[in-house]
Amino acid sequence: MATATEGHQQHPLAIYLWVWVLLFVLSAFSYMVDYIGLQGYLRWSLIIIFMLAKAGFIVAVFMHMAWERIALIYAILGPPVLLLFAVGFFALEGDYTFLTRLDFFGETDFVPSHPGEAH
Amino acid sequence: MSSELTESAGAAALPQGFRGFARDWTADKQTFHVPWGKAMMWIFLLSDTFIFTLFLTSYMNVRMSTRVPWPNPSEVFALSFGGDPIPLILIAIMTFILITSSGTMALAVNYGYRRDRARTAALMFVTAAFGATFVGMQAFEWMKLIVDEGVRPWGNPMGAAQFGSTFFMITGFHGFHVSCGVIYLAVIALKVLRGDYEASGNYEVVEIAGLYWHFVDLVWVFIFAFFYLW
Repeated sequence: MATATEGHQQHPLAIYLWVWVLLFVLSAFSYMVDYIGLQGYLRWSLIIIFMLAKAGFIVAVFMHMAWERIALIYAILGPPVLLLFAVGFFALEGDYTFLTRLDFFGETDFVPSHPGEAH
Repeated sequence: MSSELTESAGAAALPQGFRGFARDWTADKQTFHVPWGKAMMWIFLLSDTFIFTLFLTSYMNVRMSTRVPWPNPSEVFALSFGGDPIPLILIAIMTFILITSSGTMALAVNYGYRRDRARTAALMFVTAAFGATFVGMQAFEWMKLIVDEGVRPWGNPMGAAQFGSTFFMITGFHGFHVSCGVIYLAVIALKVLRGDYEASGNYEVVEIAGLYWHFVDLVWVFIFAFFYLW
């Protein structure tokens, strides 16, 4: 796509309206995943796909990132990639903590009560 | 220095792709060929991205490491309108409200660059009103959770104690961002309406406010997926 002239992101209204409609549809889809009660890998791949698609459209079109110069795109979208490492480390750590707790304390003895009872 | 700055006026003439990337980052010159306010807003949003990601990551960590079952968000956030409870319905409505507000904001930016003052201000006020509605519904959601379901930051009757602390921290911080956004948009809309930007004809402030607002919507996309749908 062509780069917009500096500081002047003007694009046809149609593209905003299309993305708007798309965001509605994608949100409805991700809500439906929960509503019809999909589980397991299917649930998770659909949730992640719809989430990333929505995020991508918002950043690319609504926030005009698709028309910015590559220097700005890399400076803003590059650093968050590092966060994926943090997510990975904390997932490993969480799993380890969970297993350690099972080892020392055994299965949970928590009994859920009815909502509104305990205050 | 001054010659480097003045040449930025012709951003369209600069090389594209990797050549442009290398050229923009080398030597003593302006890196970002955008108005400084926009670059600064992007950098602020980058820092906010780190804060929200770390919130969500710590939530993932405590949720994975607890032995106690996690309360099922699908049931906790269900709402009934007379009949059977509909799962997550309030959250779904809040999601649609926030997306609608993102759309009106995008249109406001567009009309701003067309120098259509009245439409720009009107659309920004509509955006702010949707934002205020969102915060109102969030207040209702908190009230329901605290008063009816007995959820506290240190425990709840349905499962893992961490549910309350992460929920109040994450949605609270997001709600705070929406509230700030409502005020921010209202202030800029008033200035647009008053004609503060007519003399310069420069409506990039609207786009910068829009960046902030779209970011708030963006964060909600991730909260919706990871907190409510997990």
